[in-house]
Amino acid sequence: MDAVLITNVLAATVIAGTPLLLVALGELVCERSGVLNLGQEGMMLMGAVIGFMAAVTTGSLAIGVLAAMLGGVMMSMLFALMAVTLAANQYAAGLALTIFGVGLSSFVGSGYVGQAIDGFDKIAIPLLSDIPVIGQVLFTQDALVYLSLVLFVVVYCFLRYSRSGLILRAVGESPEAANANGLKVLKVRYLAVAFGGAMAGLAGAYLSLAYTPMWTENMTAGRGWIALALVVFATWKPERVLLGAYLFGAASILHLVLQGLGWQSSTELLAMLPYVVTILVLVLLSWNPTRTRLNTPLSIGQPYRPSK
Amino acid sequence: MATAERLRLENIVKEYPGCRANDGVHLSVQAGEIHALLGENGAGKSTLMKIIYGVIQPDAGTLTWNGHPLTLQGPAHARELGIGMVFQHFSLFETLTVAENIALSLPAAQARDRSKLDTRIREVSEHYGMALDPRRFVNTLSIGERQRVEIVRCLIQDSSLLILDEPTSVLTPQEVQVLFRTLRQLSKEGCSILFISHKLQEVRDLCHRATVLRQGRVTGECNPGEITTDDIARMMVGNETPLSTQVDPSEPGELLLQTNNLNYQTRDPFGTSLQDICMSLRAGEIVGIAGVAGNGQDELLRALSGEAKVNNDSLQLSGMSIGDSGPAVRRKLGVAVVPEERLGRGAVPSMSLVDNSLLTAYGQGMISKGWVGLGKVRDYAGRVVEQFGVRAAGIDSAATSLSGGNLQKFIIGREALQQPKLLVASHPTWGVDVGSAVAIHEALVKLRDEGAAVLLISEDLDELFQLCGRMGAICAGKLSPLVPTSELSIEKLGQWMAGDFPTAATNTTTETKHAVA
Repeated sequence: MDAVLITNVLAATVIAGTPLLLVALGELVCERSGVLNLGQEGMMLMGAVIGFMAAVTTGSLAIGVLAAMLGGVMMSMLFALMAVTLAANQYAAGLALTIFGVGLSSFVGSGYVGQAIDGFDKIAIPLLSDIPVIGQVLFTQDALVYLSLVLFVVVYCFLRYSRSGLILRAVGESPEAANANGLKVLKVRYLAVAFGGAMAGLAGAYLSLAYTPMWTENMTAGRGWIALALVVFATWKPERVLLGAYLFGAASILHLVLQGLGWQSSTELLAMLPYVVTILVLVLLSWNPTRTRLNTPLSIGQPYRPSK
Repeated sequence: MATAERLRLENIVKEYPGCRANDGVHLSVQAGEIHALLGENGAGKSTLMKIIYGVIQPDAGTLTWNGHPLTLQGPAHARELGIGMVFQHFSLFETLTVAENIALSLPAAQARDRSKLDTRIREVSEHYGMALDPRRFVNTLSIGERQRVEIVRCLIQDSSLLILDEPTSVLTPQEVQVLFRTLRQLSKEGCSILFISHKLQEVRDLCHRATVLRQGRVTGECNPGEITTDDIARMMVGNETPLSTQVDPSEPGELLLQTNNLNYQTRDPFGTSLQDICMSLRAGEIVGIAGVAGNGQDELLRALSGEAKVNNDSLQLSGMSIGDSGPAVRRKLGVAVVPEERLGRGAVPSMSLVDNSLLTAYGQGMISKGWVGLGKVRDYAGRVVEQFGVRAAGIDSAATSLSGGNLQKFIIGREALQQPKLLVASHPTWGVDVGSAVAIHEALVKLRDEGAAVLLISEDLDELFQLCGRMGAICAGKLSPLVPTSELSIEKLGQWMAGDFPTAATNTTTETKHAVA
């Protein structure tokens, strides 16, 4: 492989990893508050279809992105109503949300299948994009890729250095203790779920407005599920989510490259590659049980009912 | 004196479905007073404290703070007023540092400057003789240190009323002395303390006044220094229940259980590994193991029950190596286990007493050719309920519907009726009312008299001194020598609980000496 090919592969890696990064960051924040939302796939699909419809109707990609995030938030609020306010089973509520999202997105998007729009253009950042390799890989991308990197830094600092992040982690570890300390558990969980919804919507918009600017049914292709696994295997650490997302991106590009290079292996086996590689690496990383437990939100999956 | 009254509760009523937790409670705490709130489990102490701390709202009654009647909006409001609380099951976040934990309960403005907060934590904790490192993670702290974090957290907020919910139940006798020094110092500085406990001697040592609760009502108010512990106990339990069991010394028989340098490496990151445990148990004796929670008691129980497997030869029952065998095999050989958690490990919460009997007593002829003889199981459950005075709606009621004391009587009875050779019981009377505790003690003594060996793992020192022929302590996964109770003082046991005891090598010789003697 020559240098140009490597640069192209790396740039494609970042693009393929971005939707996964976005949705997994949202889910990470959500899970850190103790809420497991299995509805990622459904929220992503709704984000994708709403974003696409809004962009086609208004002709503005920015409005499309905002509409997608709003759609994600609305879906997540449906979930929060069930799983946080009514303290329903989070697993069941999340699964229901995904099934609902898959169906609803197909329904509302049926008239838009096959339409094409101009997606986000690549923006080369002056000076930085002139750096060999890295300039092409990281600094000649579309606006949403830059946004995802900014959001990564924001989430990282939020969890690590901010008081609100501390409150979020506390609520996720022990809602009872948090309540005894005067923290508002339900409010924190609502905000976390809403953030997760917005990020899933944004990830959906990335797929339908930038990655492949069009709408097809089920275009998320299981990325919502991979994101869920990614968060767990990344032991709820944003930096590992970033690594995992790009690893997944790399592996999914690699299997295309390998096919292109004429590898005589079955396509199905190669298509499995991204999933297997990502999970394998993250399992190996999360080997140390003490470190893992320090980051695990202990109350995850458990509804919290305030005592009266 | 009206101005010096810090807190006054009048006619507090709190009702839960099926029980009146507080029924017209009056309570008055003066400035600088250490006031004891006494009562058995289920007497309504915890409910009352939650009301004072604003966690729950009373259904009726008034709360007066420094002369002003008010309604608490929640814990944050209570803290603003200067009411601080140290919970029994600590309300700390284990994965955060000491400073982060404290920052969470401070107003945002005070918590912003972390280095200033660190200094303040150091200052306050040293002033009250409870040194703390603000940068350490809570999960690396001992139970005693965690309690300090809770207390320091309250003090940093300038609390003028400190509520402590059974603070000494998790401490060694020495740690208790340190805590009491701190509390007396606080009281001198004008801070009121509401001290919840059911350890009467401590209350007599420390408190200026006491209010006694029984079944949600105030049954007495007294100056605990002036009356005897028996008088207080009567107020707590009423006149019907005996206060304790009479235990006659026993004559131990043949060697039953022996561990030789038993090691067990726990896989739980917050657990404690067992190191070179050497002990021997004879038929017809009760041997006690004291220790502060989390020092390897649970691991020891697992190693003995077979839930955790150990080196085969390091555990011997009547000369047979059983370290490698699982719980079913050991049960067949006569090992019965009463774990600490009643619901979830000792019994399946949602299953009936009948089904719960089957869980461990299946070897008592209840099963033939793979079919359960339901009549026999019902018969067995009925015998347990009858012989051990288990108060339940019937043998078909779910385990979770029984009170702690009654469920524990059922579990002990279920094991005792199988006539085990060895019974290992962990904290059998934890959270149990006095009446049930007496019944459980009687069952253990009866088992001993019938020739079983009983290993009693407990945090309740009174219980251990009362029942055990020999005892020792476990600390950080190491076991102290097990010596006759008559030769052991409470101070010495306290040192042992803190890990200050001779090493395993000496332990073996002590064991042999006693075996010969």
